[in-house]
Amino acid sequence: MLDLLSGFVVELRNAGLPVSLTEHLDAAAAMSHISLEERTTLKAALAATLVKEEEHYAAFDLAFEVFFAMRDPAPEDLDDADLGLENGETAQQTPLTGSGQQRGSGGGGGSDLTPEELAKLLMSALVSGDASLLKMVAQGAVSRFAGMEPGRPVGGTYYLYRTLRNLDVDGASARLLEQLRDDRGVLEGSLDDRLLQAEVATKIERLKKAVEAEIRKRLVEDRGKEALAKSVRKPLPEDIDVMHATKDELVQLRRILQPLSRKLAVRLARKRRHGKRGGLDVRQTVRKSLSTGGVPIDPRFKKPRPSKPEIVVIADISGSVASFARFTLHLVHAISSQFSKVRSFVFIDGIDEVTRFFDATDDPTEAVYRINTEADVVYLDGHSDYGHALRTFDERWGKEINQKTTVLILGDARNNYHASEAWVVKAMAERARHVYWLNPEPRDYWGSGDSIVFDYASYCDGVIECRTLRQLEDFVGELA
Amino acid sequence: MTSVDYNSLGFDEDATPRFDSPASVRDRLGEVQYLSNDAISSVVYLADRLRKPILVEGPAGTGKTQLAKSVAEITGARLIRLQCYEGLDEGKALYEWNYRKQLLRIQAGQSGDAAPVTAESWHNLEEDIFSEEFLLTRPLLEAIRAEDPVVLLIDEIDRVELETEALLLEILSEFQVSIPELGTVKATQFPLVFLTSNNTRELSEALKRRCLFLHIGYPELDREQAIIQARVPGITTELAEQVARLVGALRTIELKKAPSVSETIDWARTLVLLGRESIDAESAKETLHILLKYQTDIERANRELLSVVK
Repeated sequence: MLDLLSGFVVELRNAGLPVSLTEHLDAAAAMSHISLEERTTLKAALAATLVKEEEHYAAFDLAFEVFFAMRDPAPEDLDDADLGLENGETAQQTPLTGSGQQRGSGGGGGSDLTPEELAKLLMSALVSGDASLLKMVAQGAVSRFAGMEPGRPVGGTYYLYRTLRNLDVDGASARLLEQLRDDRGVLEGSLDDRLLQAEVATKIERLKKAVEAEIRKRLVEDRGKEALAKSVRKPLPEDIDVMHATKDELVQLRRILQPLSRKLAVRLARKRRHGKRGGLDVRQTVRKSLSTGGVPIDPRFKKPRPSKPEIVVIADISGSVASFARFTLHLVHAISSQFSKVRSFVFIDGIDEVTRFFDATDDPTEAVYRINTEADVVYLDGHSDYGHALRTFDERWGKEINQKTTVLILGDARNNYHASEAWVVKAMAERARHVYWLNPEPRDYWGSGDSIVFDYASYCDGVIECRTLRQLEDFVGELA
Repeated sequence: MTSVDYNSLGFDEDATPRFDSPASVRDRLGEVQYLSNDAISSVVYLADRLRKPILVEGPAGTGKTQLAKSVAEITGARLIRLQCYEGLDEGKALYEWNYRKQLLRIQAGQSGDAAPVTAESWHNLEEDIFSEEFLLTRPLLEAIRAEDPVVLLIDEIDRVELETEALLLEILSEFQVSIPELGTVKATQFPLVFLTSNNTRELSEALKRRCLFLHIGYPELDREQAIIQARVPGITTELAEQVARLVGALRTIELKKAPSVSETIDWARTLVLLGRESIDAESAKETLHILLKYQTDIERANRELLSVVK
């Protein structure tokens, strides 16, 4: 069991979780106090000792599923005696799926359920919400539809997609909604109906989870824990490459953006307040010393008065870098109290000021949404033209940049072979306090193809690779 | 490797553990109307066995502080609470020398007899004014020195500065406080320690490493319903279920501040007071301001959930 734990800890570290040696020892100690048959307790114990941040739970869950879920009897597992109870479930499944050893061989293993039977079983599992029934359905469905082949190096997502499509999950969800409506006499469109829809969505989500778990289980049997753990490992949200994030990942990113910006704001506000002490405040100190008989035990200091920079953000919001620009605008405005002024401009080939959207609401999400729909950023054809955008900026707002201003330009500088007009950046750099360029592309790609970031780079105070929220947060934190 | 040498912590090795199993934690918490789940009961159980503090994190109003109170209640322990705030320092959290009393003591010594100050008399005086009599104990030291069973609650730890956190490290890992003038004060019994955090900033690695971590999120539908029924007297099962489901649905919408469990309970109470048997869109709209605290949130909820489609 301790070996298993060590492997598990290694996997967590590989997934990016900072697990220290002490925590590893704690987990081992915790395992000696609980009964290992109870999976929920085991999971809670490991989570409490090894994971110290909510955002890391997803990675932990995944690794836990891989390492501790497949407790089918296998000779190499020394702890089967300890974990015997776990297999109570397996015994129950056997008639459905055939013997555990055969299951890895995909599809063949005794899936004696016809699709119709399976569909019926699925409905009753969904209606009752019974977890073990749901598990049975998942097993039946995976045997029948996934068509898993041993040794094939595809990820679980492919099998999941196949199973769910063949199971007709969308149809099942619609039928379930109908049936529940009838059962409970709920009118379409009423409040209860909305709640019902939410309930159905949760149930379907649970089904998907069950299928996913089943697939993972079989993949582990096929390929072994370490190999699978490696192939299903996902980056932590703050390490996701924003430019190539999938839709799900973007949702994840949006969710952590708000707490992230709040934390950043708190940290900066603190830094500002406590960063440097002002000079000795004689009046206050003397006043304080009266209560200690004139001995100045408790010296008082004046409040420091640091200068706040003015920020001008100029962001490319064309397709490839749009989400990155949105996150940055969100973050900068969320901590706008740390700056004396924030002005935002977005461009594709035309440029428009969008500060007003952020001023109108205290919810950056909404402002970002309005930028997408209302900002006037297309001049000719809607392909990025940094040269034209920058020139227009210079004509209309160039004079407002002074030595207090810090300019941030966001974009990959892929200019579709238009003119760079780098002199604008040069002129800006002469007037502004700093000009930084944030590039969401990996550094290796800079200057390749139509990327002209190096044309601008020589005039900027820094060109920063900014691919993940972590990098972005670090940079913005430094700025204030 | 799996056993920790408790003697090194200076506690009685035979001290009876407070709980037999995670299940018993759950049952006993249930008796005082705190409905836990597997994670909560397991972590509380482990904290007792491993003698480690628990760091409880989660959104506001999900029962973090209540957990500490309820555990104190079931173990029959005294709850000592340290509310953290920005600017909290050693003097407020650990101990402080009573300057005024010390000054008085020195002055009293001077005025009585005008004998010259010798090295010896100074030494005596020094020993005298740095004795327990002049020590003001603050919550942390109090918890360490307590003879009776105590539960120490360090509330909203994320409000103190990063540097102040370091104050806690000695207590959390060794259960002792070092006072330069007096020596080290060790705990005679192991207090259960809860730290709560609303996650407004990152806590230091050093602190997190010393604690068991427990995240209390919003409860599952069934559990929330049970919580409502336990906490709101006179509510019907039907209404409780409806409330739980509606709140659950509200939490899926992107809101600035999702309704917390405590707000849910307030809402359920209001509905009971108003004599509602069930909720429809209209009555939900009227009382929504109890659940949601931002106008934009209320508008969004109305738009996405409560507007009836004809």
